[in-house]
Amino acid sequence: MTKNLKRLDLIFKNEGDSEAILGKTLARSNEELISDLIASGLKGRGGAGFPTGLKWRLAADDKADEKFIICNADEGEPGTFKDREILTSVPHKVLAGMAVCARIINCRQGFIYLRQEYTYLVPHLNNAIEEFHQLMKKFEVDFQVEIFMGSGAYICGEETALFESMEGKRGEPRNKPPYPTNFGYKGKPTVINNVETLAHTYSIFKYGPEKFRDLGVKDSRGSKVFSVSGDTPIPGIYELEFGMTLQKFVDDFGDGDAKAVQVGGAAGFCVPRKRFEKTIIGYQGKLTGVSLPTGGSMMIFNSSRSMYNVLHNYLDFFVEESCGQCTPCRVGTQQLLMGIQAVKRGERPSTYLDKLLGLAEVMRVTAKCGLGQSVANSFSSIVENFKEEMIY
Amino acid sequence: MSSQVTLKIDSISVSVKQGTSLLDAARSINIKIPTLCHHEDLCVAGNCRVCMVEQKGSDRLLPACAIPASDGMEIHTNSMKVRNARKQILELLVSEHRAECTTCYKSGNCELQELSHEYILGENAFINLIPFKEYTIDYYSPSIIKDDSKCIRCQRCVRTCDQLQNIGALTVSKKGSEMKISTFFEKPIYQVVCTNCGQCVNRCPTGALTEKNYVEEVWSAINDEKKYVVVQTAPAVRIALGEALGIDPGEIVTGKMVTALRRLGFNSVLDTDFTADLTIIEEGHELLQRLKKVLKDKDKNVRLPMTTSCSPGWIKFIEHIFPDFLPNLSSAKSPQQMFGALAKTFFANKIGVDPASMVSVSVMPCTAKKFEANRPEMYSSGYQDVDYVLTTRELALMIKQAGIDFKSLADDNYDSIMGESSGAAVIFGATGGVMEAALRTVYEVVTGREVPFEGLNITPVRGMEGVREATLKIDKALPEWDFLEGVEVKTCVAHGLANAKRVMESVRDGSSNYHFIEIMACPGGCLGGGGQPIPTSPEIRNARSSAIYREDTLKTIRKSHENPEVVKVYKEFLGEPLGHESHRLLHTHYTPRERY
Ligand SMILES: Cc1cc2nc3c(=O)[nH]c(=O)nc-3n(C[C@H](O)[C@H](O)[C@H](O)COP(=O)(O)O)c2cc1C
Ligand code: SF4
Repeated sequence: MTKNLKRLDLIFKNEGDSEAILGKTLARSNEELISDLIASGLKGRGGAGFPTGLKWRLAADDKADEKFIICNADEGEPGTFKDREILTSVPHKVLAGMAVCARIINCRQGFIYLRQEYTYLVPHLNNAIEEFHQLMKKFEVDFQVEIFMGSGAYICGEETALFESMEGKRGEPRNKPPYPTNFGYKGKPTVINNVETLAHTYSIFKYGPEKFRDLGVKDSRGSKVFSVSGDTPIPGIYELEFGMTLQKFVDDFGDGDAKAVQVGGAAGFCVPRKRFEKTIIGYQGKLTGVSLPTGGSMMIFNSSRSMYNVLHNYLDFFVEESCGQCTPCRVGTQQLLMGIQAVKRGERPSTYLDKLLGLAEVMRVTAKCGLGQSVANSFSSIVENFKEEMIY
Repeated sequence: MSSQVTLKIDSISVSVKQGTSLLDAARSINIKIPTLCHHEDLCVAGNCRVCMVEQKGSDRLLPACAIPASDGMEIHTNSMKVRNARKQILELLVSEHRAECTTCYKSGNCELQELSHEYILGENAFINLIPFKEYTIDYYSPSIIKDDSKCIRCQRCVRTCDQLQNIGALTVSKKGSEMKISTFFEKPIYQVVCTNCGQCVNRCPTGALTEKNYVEEVWSAINDEKKYVVVQTAPAVRIALGEALGIDPGEIVTGKMVTALRRLGFNSVLDTDFTADLTIIEEGHELLQRLKKVLKDKDKNVRLPMTTSCSPGWIKFIEHIFPDFLPNLSSAKSPQQMFGALAKTFFANKIGVDPASMVSVSVMPCTAKKFEANRPEMYSSGYQDVDYVLTTRELALMIKQAGIDFKSLADDNYDSIMGESSGAAVIFGATGGVMEAALRTVYEVVTGREVPFEGLNITPVRGMEGVREATLKIDKALPEWDFLEGVEVKTCVAHGLANAKRVMESVRDGSSNYHFIEIMACPGGCLGGGGQPIPTSPEIRNARSSAIYREDTLKTIRKSHENPEVVKVYKEFLGEPLGHESHRLLHTHYTPRERY
């Protein structure tokens, strides 16, 4: 690794040039724009890391007469608030990204699905949307954006549960396929992107795909906004280039005593100290999760922390936040939680942890949505790496 | 794009229509993939995750019910990975299920029990969660018991109530470990907008939803020397009872059932079909009277279309949802309740039994009938007209308890006085049957001739289409009915309350102009009632339906007004249709209920 990876300031930089950038971008052909997006290597910053250009192309290829673009601002992961920061400081980038997507896929209506706790942002966002609508008029683009207030449940950030919730139903994930790009909100082709993903498209349209591609490594291109928390003297939001090792990360952000880092929040992986050097922050290290909700939580634990308690907390979270519809997730999360408690109390032998690891694996391959599928990430990585802490 | 796709399932090559699920593709080559949340009558849910299969090259397993087959797939339904996942998922379900099979009403007909047996679940696989949970058992409805400790959250009931019935009495509430199937504000079932139709009971894979059973009460009555116990059996029971006793769907077991009822100890074994015929006479004349008042007398106080009133689920539905249409409801009671009223008056008198010592039991394909029998409107004999309602399933249990080998029973006939029936009564059990029976009689009353359909089979009103319309033109009416000359009587038949709602909305917004509407709350009519043997499916209901129409053609009497016992009851007791005694015993009125 010879590249000098660094902290960046791309996303939050506001140069007040959105009219010019939007004008320049809308003057180009849909095909050129999609090619640029694909060439940039941009992947989703909210979900499973799906290539954004491809997502837009899939929706563009569907010839339905009504389509939607939705900006996912449900940001439900505890301790994560990077989307809020983006919407606060550079909403015009997100809106511009939506406008370009709308033009490409041929859609007239967009929504920002806003986390309920962010209600206070509404006036601010509405101002931005109003300005944006003026701009749309000026460019003669028939596209409107509306805010839709979320209903409070973490699961509503999952794209299909989000559609259900927007349709006035209970926020439960749907079966996939069909995928949103063909069958999304109201059964119409829908592009749903994370706030940060949309903001990145702006940078790509502004600087060109090469600049973006130059950042990061291999399959993880560009930068990403991380919410750093836990045992760190400098908690907060940081934009980092992909490709940094975890060792470098804890050197920069830790308190000198980091024993583990939870990458990607409750749905992510726990990396123990011995693997800091080998672990690269990026998609290919599986580090941002199989299906990373909201993405970008980095939680540092120092040696004073009980990893049993850490896992217990995550499991409490899943037991409560599972939508409850599918068996492996609804019951599995309860069994994992009660299982580690039983082992800790000596009511079950330590070998019961193996049964639980097997269960977590079954949940990974059978659960209906990313929530249930990703419980195994934190569970297995914590139990396998900190087994003694689970037992004694 | 070709409309066929070819794939391999367990190394067997199979071609299916595009859009076919992996589950159905496997079934087409006789590979059974286990399911729990799947039901043929309902939309796909994909939430139990028991039907998981493995696709070559894919890390995650696929839910066979929810994934369409596609070209080139290589599917394994029985790999190590699949079996392991299925077994663990079953273990999870059992861990949150109060698995006390020996005392469970559903034992022996429980899909979870069956799969647990197949997959040899060991004891104590996971921690039993039941002691840590709060759950409710709702016994308060006269029809349905809901036991949340037995619920596996498959949501079949929720989909049934929503899609088939459009009621939404049962919904999902809360999330995570507390997620459960609930009612409006978690009230007991008897307090919410529930029609007691029992379609949820028919589709519940476990013992979470069952009928309230009255088996012990009935045994007690039978064994009480001082009681005279009469039993009536609904038209749709005889074509389905066999299913619960090891006989294939579609076999008519009327004669065996009568023999079995006598063996159980009922003092009189009578037939609801008798009062089905009576219903036709009363309801048919009511229709003619309404037509006369509207078409001839221009009476603005009389409403058309008239709707049938024999389905108690439909009655409760209209009370809640369309109370403004209660005046359209025929005032004729259902056959069960006409029977009850006559049993403790006319019949008791005939056989010299004190009605106070008479216990009137009915065997019904229906859970809503239990509610109906308990309605305050149903005491016109001076006593509760029908004391206990048993479902087809409960009768099957009594027959088993009595050690009767049902299959080997000889046939027998109903007792007389209220045991004779026509083919028109038999078809009450199928959607469209009441309409057909009524038209056979009404047309003849008006014209003096039989309905102009070959073999009296009014095929346009038959079938399983959710809503069916038919028009019958009155030709050469008798002088008394000359105002009907040339009139095209417009009829409509609907079954399942979702369809009923559509029809009633068309009446309300004026987009339809029917004279007469038959509505049955349950899919297929009574043959698909909530008290019928479980399972149910379109195929099973079709088999029952064929049996019903077969039974009709086998009857020597095919028209209600030709039933000699019915003729006799008018002569000896009731006087004339819609007469004073009829009104006292055979008609009633219903009152609006809350919308929520
Ligand atoms: C349980 C769960 C919660 C999620 N919450 C969010 C969220 O809050 N914000 C978000 O952008 N994506 C969330 N996602 C991912 C979305 O389903 C979806 O993949 C994403 O919005 C797609 O955007 P992207 O392609 O730009 O990443 C969640 C996924 C799961 C499984
Ligand atoms: S995995 Fe969990 S959250 Fe997702 S559908 Fe299943 S129960 Fe709901």
